[in-house]
Formats: sequence, C-alpha cells, structure tokens
Amino acid sequence: MDLYEYQARDLFEAHGVPVLRGLVARTPAEARAAAEELGGGVVVVKAQVKVGGRGKAGGVKLAKSPEEAEQHARAILGMDIKGHLVEAVMVAEGADIAEEYYFSMLLDRANRDYLAMCSLEGGVEIEQLAEERPEALVRLNLDPRTGLDEAAAAQIVEQVGFAEDIVGQVTEVLTRLGDVYREADATLVEVNPLVKTGDGRIIALDGKVTLDDNADFRHPEREELVDATAIDPLELRAREKDLNYVKLDGQVGVIGNGAGLVMSTLDVVAYAGEDLPGSPKPANFLDIGGGASAQVMADGLDIILSDPQVEVVFVNVFGGITACSEVAKGIREALKQLGHRASKPIVVRLDGNAVEVGRAMLEEYAHPLVKVVETMDEAARTAAELASAAMEGK
Amino acid sequence: MAIWLDHRSKVIVQGMTGTEGRKHTNRMMMFGTRVVGGVTPGKGGQSVTFEEDPIPVFNTVREARHATGANVSCVFVPPPHAKKAVLDAIDAGIELVVVITEGIPVKDTAEFRAAAEEKGVRLVGPNCPGLISPGRSNVGIIPPNIARAGHIGLVSKSGTLTYQMMFELGDIGFSSCIGIGGDPIIGTTHIDALEAFEADPETDCIVMIGEIGGDAEERAAAFIRENVTKPVVAYVAGFTAPEGRTMGHAGAIVSGSSGTAAAKKEALEKAGVKVGRTPSETAALVRQVMKGR
Repeated sequence: MDLYEYQARDLFEAHGVPVLRGLVARTPAEARAAAEELGGGVVVVKAQVKVGGRGKAGGVKLAKSPEEAEQHARAILGMDIKGHLVEAVMVAEGADIAEEYYFSMLLDRANRDYLAMCSLEGGVEIEQLAEERPEALVRLNLDPRTGLDEAAAAQIVEQVGFAEDIVGQVTEVLTRLGDVYREADATLVEVNPLVKTGDGRIIALDGKVTLDDNADFRHPEREELVDATAIDPLELRAREKDLNYVKLDGQVGVIGNGAGLVMSTLDVVAYAGEDLPGSPKPANFLDIGGGASAQVMADGLDIILSDPQVEVVFVNVFGGITACSEVAKGIREALKQLGHRASKPIVVRLDGNAVEVGRAMLEEYAHPLVKVVETMDEAARTAAELASAAMEGK
Repeated sequence: MAIWLDHRSKVIVQGMTGTEGRKHTNRMMMFGTRVVGGVTPGKGGQSVTFEEDPIPVFNTVREARHATGANVSCVFVPPPHAKKAVLDAIDAGIELVVVITEGIPVKDTAEFRAAAEEKGVRLVGPNCPGLISPGRSNVGIIPPNIARAGHIGLVSKSGTLTYQMMFELGDIGFSSCIGIGGDPIIGTTHIDALEAFEADPETDCIVMIGEIGGDAEERAAAFIRENVTKPVVAYVAGFTAPEGRTMGHAGAIVSGSSGTAAAKKEALEKAGVKVGRTPSETAALVRQVMKGR
C-alpha cells in the first residue's frame, strides 16, 4: 500500500524523523482552521495524491494567511492530477530551505536485498539525475538482516560528502529512516527533498512510503490507513469478499484460478477480440485462487455481472489440486444463488483434475446460459465473439 | 537425472500437522515422495498416519534430520511463523528448502534468503508450488499426474501456468518442473534453474514462463545469451495488462526496465529465445524444437 504524504509524515514523526508540523484537511474550512492551528503564519497547502508531479500541476501553493490557505484549498480540492482526484490537502508549516538533498531506501529485487540511495542534489527529478549524472547519486546495498543501521548510515553520509557540520545530524536522520523501513515493514521510503533549513536543521520535507501488505498481520493499526474512496466500488466489494479483482475497461468478464493463468486469459481474450467488430476486451482480472468453492464462484460471478459493461463471462479454470467436478458444482450453485441476476452467457473451459466429470456435470445441468468449450483458445474466441455480437446488437 | 530432486531425496514437512500440510503430505506420499518426518514445534513425539504409514513428528528440524537423515524440507508454516521455520531448516543443514507458504512479509523473506545463501542452502519460493521430477519425487503442491517423465525442463513464476504448460506438453514429458514463485524476493531464480537445466544431461529443451513486473526475465535473457546452449522457449503472461502499480520512481531506476511483457519478449528474443504469445502457441514452439531432436 502506498501512503499519502501526510500519512508518511505521521509515520516519520512516530519514528523520530524530524518533520515539519502538518495537518490534513478535507474542506477549505478545515484548511483554514489547520493554518490557524499552525500559528496563523506562512503555510504550504499541498494536494494529497499518490502520484508525482503535483507541484507542476498546481497542487502545491504557498499561503501567507489562513484566509489564503482556505482559498488555495478551495482551488486544489477536487482537482484532477494525472487522473487522481484530490480529496484532501495537507496544510504544513512553511520551511526556510537552504539546501535540498535526496534519500531513498527500497527493495532491490535483482540483488535480493535493500538498496539505499542518497544525493546532495535533491528536490529534482531523481530519474533524470540517475541518468545524466549517476556519480551524483550514491548507492549502497544493505544486508537485510542489519538493514540501514547507524554504521551503514555513516558510510552513506561519508560517501555522499555531506558538509562536516551536518554529518552527525544527517547520520541520525538516515538511521531513523532505516528504523521506519524496518519497523513499519516498508518496501520503499523516499524523502525528496531532505532539506537543511536556514538555521541548520535537517528535515524530511516530503516523503513517499510503500508498505508491504503481507505484513499487515503484525500492524493492526494500519486498517485506518486504507482509504476506501480511492478504490473502485466493485474492487472494494471484491476486497470485502477476499477476492483478487481488478476492474478493466472491456466487455468480457474473466474468472480464473491463479494470477498467472488469469493474466494469460486476459491476453488470449484480447487477441481473440482484436479483429472482431467492436474489438471486445477483457472487463476485469479476477483470481479465485485454489479453492474455487461454490460460494467463491458465486461471489465472483456476482461482482462481474454487476459491471454494466460486461456482455459475457469467461470462466477459465485449470484443476490442479481442485477437482473440475467441484468447479462445475460451484458454477451450478452460483447460478442458483444468482437467479435472474445471471443474465449474460457464461463460457466455461475446464481442464485438469476430474475434467470429464466436471464437463459432464455441466452438460447434464444444461443451463441455457452456460456453454462449455474444450480448449482455452477456443473458449476465448467464443467469449469474444459473443461479446462482439452483443456490442453490435446495441 | 533431474535437477535438485530425485528418488533418493528424503523429505520432511514443516507444518505437516496443519490442514494444508497434512493434505499435501498425503499427496506427495501417494506419488512416491519419500516423506520421512514432520516438524511442528510442541508436537514432537506424536505421529501422523498416512495410508497406514505412521510419520513421526519432531519439535525441530535438527531433531528430525538426526533421526531420519532428511535432506529436503517442504514448508507449509503460516506467514507469522514462517521465518523462524525456514531459519530452523537452514541452521539444521537441510540442503533444499521449498517454501510453499503464501503471504510472507518480504522483510522476513529477505532475511532468511540471505541466511540461506550464506549457508549454501538451495531455497525455492516462497509463495510457490514447489518442484517435481516426474516419476521420481514431488515436493510441494504441483499435481503429480499432469505430465510424464521426459526431457523438457520447466521453470515458472506462476503456479497454474506451470500446470497449464505441463498439461499442454504432458505427452512429451518433463525432466523437472520448478515453480519459483512470484514474490518480489525469491530464493531460486530463473537464472539458477536455467543454469541447472543447462548442466542436466536429461534436459533437452528449457521452457521458461514469466510474468509482467520486475526485470527477472531481462536478466534471464542476458544469462541465456552468455551461458545457455540448449534451446529455450519462453512465455510471458500479461501482454494486454494495463500498467499497474509500480514501485514509484526509485523502483524504475533500480530495474532499468519498464517491466512490461513486450519489453521482456524483446529482451528474450534478442537472446535467441522463441517466445509464444499464448500458452498453446508456446507449446507448439516447444513441439517444433523437440521434433528436431
């Protein structure tokens, strides 16, 4: 899960990383009250979106008074920044910036450990810096068992070449950021910029944090961080049912078992639809996992059929451990549960464990909407053709 | 011969007393895998009976290894205790540790992976279906009856796509099939498997299945160009997937790749690898290669 800037700020503060005071506001009036609470002086009103480039888009504004903060908040709230709707702003103390640095720590998949990166040149597009002047960006791989401890922080600070008078402070801040990474089960902690203020303090001015969802079980406090508003309503419903569903823009609903097979199904459907009238595309990604019980199948079908764009559903299951007879039973139960809500054709491809029994069960069931097709390719073609015909008929 | 696993492999199951562990131990034994013990802390001294075969349970892997001579461990322990279990296996001197458990925090995986490397232990997974050498041994949850023994080596990130590909090519048969798992950090990579298949005299052709995200396939492509003489056929799932969540800007710098299926296909083809657009097309490419041998 990616955190909003204000959530990252709070997390930093909780781990002793120096940050400026900042309050989140969801209405212009709240922004004004926040500016007043911060002392009534200069504040910065910052759009809270999980995407970069908000400054250029006009999502960051300096306000000299609470009134001005309210005006800026009114302009920024509701803005669309690269497809992200701004629903909150952070009102933060103004900073007297003398210098800007860059720091990040993240998972290094290739090396299978952690990587810390740091530069004296912060506040800029870091990809550009990495490309144009890689020597200005210090990289240090870290043993996951020790992470970014004080020794590693000191090594980075030395390699980067921070000025003598701030070496101690920066080392301390980097060590605390290492604590954030470890204790919060983060996979990314990025501070850009890390600043030195006019009076010589080191402060994390803007933070980006990604948390590892797999570690949620040891961080019960995290439930509050999930913002339901940023999620598609169908995706939210799927999440409540523990289903792995991603809404896409197409007409062929897809249900399968296993992320790889479902992804592959999306490809096969898209290829099948390429040359057909209307070019039908997959409507979603839905992985029902290993079990594929009747209830899971019913929940899955229910969610897919709630998508008004869907014209046909393609159920693609390879029975590994799961027997296809169970899957067939699941489809039958699901249709019973859904009743008249099951209104679109369902193309089913079953293979693997107990496939003959599964296919025979569906044949015997002879539901008018269910069509069993033997191979994955043929089934995808059938589904795409049905979707195309339905689109043409409209 | 097959890679990493054969009929001599003696297997213990960590988490054998749990529902999943019990179910899959039974399957492994029905297939002929030599399961010699289970490990569940606090349940040492008990035993679990499979088809009239009582399998002893131990408190620690060290005890299990001393008593049984096991050299392979299969881990079904749930995420909160998985790290401790894997470290237990590594410290006890197990040679091959296969972690099936899904949902382990990446920090825990990073830590036990580093420990495995230090001790020279081969780690497969986590979040993987395990590995099978058809006709010889099966460790994990890959259904044993999809494919027969043969001369294709298969390495895959995805579980069900592994099964699909084994099914498509079941008549030709496989030397070994390795599900390496799709987590951000994994013990055994595509490259490790490619290296082992290249060295395995029973493997004539290698099939590699990848997925969008990360740059493992690009790195595998570079490895193939330099080190692999056997024909390699690949499939990458996710050509039509929309750009998903990325790791942010810092992530792109590290990988130096867009992580898209198209980028992976291009890198693989440059290395002389044939890449199929769909599982069936990939299987057809493998048949062509095998016919010529």
